[in-house]
Amino acid sequence: MRRIVSVLMENEPGALSRVVGLFSQRGYNIESLTVAPTEDATLSRLTLVTIGDDHKIEQVTKNLNKLIDVVKLVDLTEGSHIERELLLVKVRATGAQRDEVKRSVDIFRGQIVDVTSNMYTVQVAGTSEKLDAFLQALGEHTIMEVVRSGVSGIARGEKVLSV
Amino acid sequence: MELLSGGDMLVRALQDEGVDLIFGYPGGSALHIYDAIFRQKKIKHVLVRHEQGATHAADGYARSTGKVGVVLVTSGPGATNAITGIATAYMDSIPMVVISGQVPSDKIGEDAFQETDMVGCSRPIVKHSFLVKNAEEIPAVVKKAFYIASTGRPGPVVIDIPKDVTNPADRFPYRFPEKLRMRSYTPAGKGHTGQIRKAIALLLSAKRPVIYAGGGVVQGEGSEQLTELAQLLNFPVTNTLMGLGAYPGTDRRFLGMLGMHGTFEANTAMHHADVILAVGARFDDRVTNTPGKFCPGAKIIHVDVDPASISKTIVADVPIVGTVKSVLGDMLDMLKASDDQPDQSAIVDWWRQIDDWRERHGIYAAPRYRTDGDMLMPQEVISAVHEITEGDAFVTSDVGQHQMFAAQYYRFNKPRRWINSGGLGTMGFGLPAALGVKIAHPDSDVVCVTGEGSIQMCIQELSTATQYHLPVKILCLNNQALGMVKQWQEMQYEGRLSHSVYEESLPDFVKLAEAYGHLGMKIQHRDELHGKLREAFAIKDRTVFIDVYVDPSEHVYPMQVMPNGSMRDMWLSKTERT
Repeated sequence: MRRIVSVLMENEPGALSRVVGLFSQRGYNIESLTVAPTEDATLSRLTLVTIGDDHKIEQVTKNLNKLIDVVKLVDLTEGSHIERELLLVKVRATGAQRDEVKRSVDIFRGQIVDVTSNMYTVQVAGTSEKLDAFLQALGEHTIMEVVRSGVSGIARGEKVLSV
Repeated sequence: MELLSGGDMLVRALQDEGVDLIFGYPGGSALHIYDAIFRQKKIKHVLVRHEQGATHAADGYARSTGKVGVVLVTSGPGATNAITGIATAYMDSIPMVVISGQVPSDKIGEDAFQETDMVGCSRPIVKHSFLVKNAEEIPAVVKKAFYIASTGRPGPVVIDIPKDVTNPADRFPYRFPEKLRMRSYTPAGKGHTGQIRKAIALLLSAKRPVIYAGGGVVQGEGSEQLTELAQLLNFPVTNTLMGLGAYPGTDRRFLGMLGMHGTFEANTAMHHADVILAVGARFDDRVTNTPGKFCPGAKIIHVDVDPASISKTIVADVPIVGTVKSVLGDMLDMLKASDDQPDQSAIVDWWRQIDDWRERHGIYAAPRYRTDGDMLMPQEVISAVHEITEGDAFVTSDVGQHQMFAAQYYRFNKPRRWINSGGLGTMGFGLPAALGVKIAHPDSDVVCVTGEGSIQMCIQELSTATQYHLPVKILCLNNQALGMVKQWQEMQYEGRLSHSVYEESLPDFVKLAEAYGHLGMKIQHRDELHGKLREAFAIKDRTVFIDVYVDPSEHVYPMQVMPNGSMRDMWLSKTERT
């Protein structure tokens, strides 16, 4: 099962390597990982997408909590939450294709952020599933380059992850 | 406020932390620190002969005292040589602080001379690590390192210090923090009362209970509570390899060690148990055998200070996170306040069954090894040492058959007396660990049980024993081969002894010991065993290397059947299986 774990940790050098090291050391997999400082410069917020059964996830969260740099964490998938990922994609767009691509971008509420006579660079934000669907709609042969940010997530409602 | 250089700050902070002993080895990046050590008197420094020896000696010191072991090494090879010892301490949850010199900050990343990314190299085998960027951080980092190393589930902490940070020319105000607050680290304290109550109810309902106690009881100072609990309930107790001594080894409620080379009665009782109280133990693969076949009818109560140890390999029915000492203490209080009693008649029946198992195949009921051959048997050698030292020596061990024989036949009655590398299984651990123990306990007998294979992995520390006058006994069970490797090759590889025998290449250990300024002694025959051992143990002021020739064909039994065996599936001898 796919899980989104959100981690608040000390913004210290080496902290990220401990998290990544834990996953390789214990044989857990990372689907995606995003990290950046928060409004409090001493803290970083990390969102990690992993796949595993309940037993595995319990071990993942316990071992993450054991890391000295980790202050708090939450498995967002346990409750209702918002997840967003940013996609940038360069798409081959010539002739009739240009309109076709533009229509797909509109349908997925994306934006064309760069353009040449042969291609568009498109930006789409949403759940990973939506981004997958968009890429599928474009079709493999039109895609030149894809970059995805990995998932960021936050709980719905008044629940907050803070110190 | 006093102005100190980084090097002096480090040494002062260690003093303020209460450190009086460091094991180490100097080198370029650590020279400022070594100079600061030279200019003070409070901390004693022991110069080892190899950095691995420093970590094992600090480890032996820590295991035998409960204090934090401290190691100081230089960058590069000094740091990497310490890695095996750090990993050893990590696997067995031993409190240790390792300070490593690092190349100057402006050289980091340039592949400088003797540069190694120590924080990176040690990351998977430390509880935490620090790279010190500024001298002003040193006091707080030292305080944090000792706090992290010694609390919760203990473990090694590395402090890597670039050379410029300890520069004697740069001075900074020194202030040692009195209090420490770490928002990201809160070790477990007391257990959840509701869970403890559930555990008590389960224990009182048990018809075939077993208490399975591990190294956490030793580390967590819970032996007294464990002993009282087992006696109050009249429940059988088994200890893991790491837990030996946590419960008195000669008490009738003690079933012996469990696991791969556990006793028949301990492993069989575990298999048939209906309630298992696991305390400070981690259901290691050398204990459980095949997890899917582990104790099929048992409800499991698991007490541990580390939540990640609970339900890692075997799912606990009643998990309790907390210090072993407080949880066992709370259990005792609740039991004493309660009118409920264990099911006495069921417990009597259970004991009758266990005593029958003991009688049939137990290693303590009758010798399970031959004593009519020409060669000495390793088991009788350990038993003789147990008798001569009145079961009260500190015994360190290396890794292999001799380790298992020592675990089985030296029946430890007190915690912190049995000092071995259980998790990592580090050959070479025994001798330096014995030196660390001897420094902490100068008036006690300290014996390193080893083999002719293991001892050669850190034999250079014989020189450290000379320099610091550390009179330990080295008991080498010499079978001319890597005994445990050979045993597996004989059992599982049709006797193809691939690189496990020495072919007449072993040194004369008596002469070798003498070359280092120690006494050497060789024992080859049964009729000289007790006399010579008594003679050796009567010598209190010299290190004695006792080279005992034992039957090279002997195997360690019981041995659980692998792969796919359950707890109770064991070889009892070369020909007998359960």
